[in-house]
Amino acid sequence: MSAEFLVFLVVALISVASALGLLLSKNAIYAAMFLILNMVSLAVIYLLLNAPFIAAVQVAVYAGAIMVLFVFVIMLLGAEKLNAPETRPGLKWQQPLALALGVALAFQALYVVFARGITAPANVIEAGPLAIGRLLFTTYLFPFEVASILLLAAMVGAVVLTKKDN
Amino acid sequence: MSLLLDVVLKVVVVLFAVLTGFAYLTLLERKFISRLQARIGPNRAGPAGLLQPLAEALKLILKESFVPSRADKFMFFLAPILSVIPALMLFAVIPFGNNDVLQLASHVPVGVLLVASIIGTAVYGIAIAGWSSNNKYASLGGLRAAAQVISYELAFGLAMIAVVLMSSSASLADIVTAQFGGGILGWFIFRQPLAASIFAITAMAELARAPFDLVEAEQELTAGYMTEYGGMKFALFYMSEYIKMIALSGLFVTFFLGGWNGPFAQEFWPLSLLYFFIKVLACLLVMVWVRATLPRLRYDKLMAFGWKGLLPLALANVVVTAALIVSGLPGYK
Repeated sequence: MSAEFLVFLVVALISVASALGLLLSKNAIYAAMFLILNMVSLAVIYLLLNAPFIAAVQVAVYAGAIMVLFVFVIMLLGAEKLNAPETRPGLKWQQPLALALGVALAFQALYVVFARGITAPANVIEAGPLAIGRLLFTTYLFPFEVASILLLAAMVGAVVLTKKDN
Repeated sequence: MSLLLDVVLKVVVVLFAVLTGFAYLTLLERKFISRLQARIGPNRAGPAGLLQPLAEALKLILKESFVPSRADKFMFFLAPILSVIPALMLFAVIPFGNNDVLQLASHVPVGVLLVASIIGTAVYGIAIAGWSSNNKYASLGGLRAAAQVISYELAFGLAMIAVVLMSSSASLADIVTAQFGGGILGWFIFRQPLAASIFAITAMAELARAPFDLVEAEQELTAGYMTEYGGMKFALFYMSEYIKMIALSGLFVTFFLGGWNGPFAQEFWPLSLLYFFIKVLACLLVMVWVRATLPRLRYDKLMAFGWKGLLPLALANVVVTAALIVSGLPGYK
């Protein structure tokens, strides 16, 4: 058993446990902290796959920036306690739909594992910042620009929605 | 196994050095501020007050460990730890000198991104401390900290991007070597003065030190997020602030003041460690000097300054730097 496998085992257990913790915790701050733990453990898995850039960006963007905003909003609204009524009338269809989609996703994952078998990770490519920057600005230029326009539209939308009329 | 031993030894030595540095930085700050205010400062414990940090540590360890009755106990204990660990992690990527051992992990190709991610996660300790204390002053302090760090992180990152552009590498070891040519004028503080000043200002905001210490503004928030903390848990918050001070000074030296480089540092490594130490000490003294000089900003001014002042400036600086590098101006590639 190599050291790499040992690290993977520990990190995989942490990521699954933190995902469960996120779902099961009654307190939104605890759920947010579990989500951060989950994101950091995924970053370690990216590191094991020889992708230091993706790992660092995963922590910087998700765990560092987006989740700080989540925690900020939860604290600001004092919304950490989950005391909603059983199911709100408008959302009756939500639980069966979520169940069906979850079962479909689980089957998909199981199908991939059993039909294709677990193989070694794809060939190690050089995934440093330089290689990824090159790819983003040559091969994947169009999707990259589309994604940035989407983000800009979301930002403008947020500004318009929160603007007070005066 | 020898690799593991190597890593453990490095970690132990760096931790010991940093914690000693923290202890004496508190004394240095008190002494220096006292001099600036025409006082003497602590001079009772040991010769010239040199044992003062030891006495304070002993006092804090012996204090009662107190938890407010309605606080969230687990998070209340976790918060100081969450705030001190990122501060210590920053030292992994800083090259202390011209020696394989002293360079630590500064060769990683994503060093600058690691700095950004560690700084980004460092705020959780403060935010969680504010939330878990169940105290209105603490909550407001925690909220302010989260808002302030998010606002200044963008300009902080953009200032680092200018440095990455200049050295065409995101590894801190390469950033030092990119400043080799041209003597003292090769330092990025002379080739990137705007990025250097934005980095210095935003670093002080990320630290929440005066004049950006609204997070713990005594007059409005008693002690902010630390209000309910005492004893060792309080000491950990204190520690994380001072350790981050040292780490950010080290980053400023690495990014803008030529890192460990100096006369004969490339031939004889102990000199490089000495140069690094002197440069970091100079940055720390400037930080203390600023704290003793400038009054605190008003909260809305702080936000306006970050978003409307520093962010556009930093963005423009990145664009201009990129244009200069592409145009091939001497000194810019």
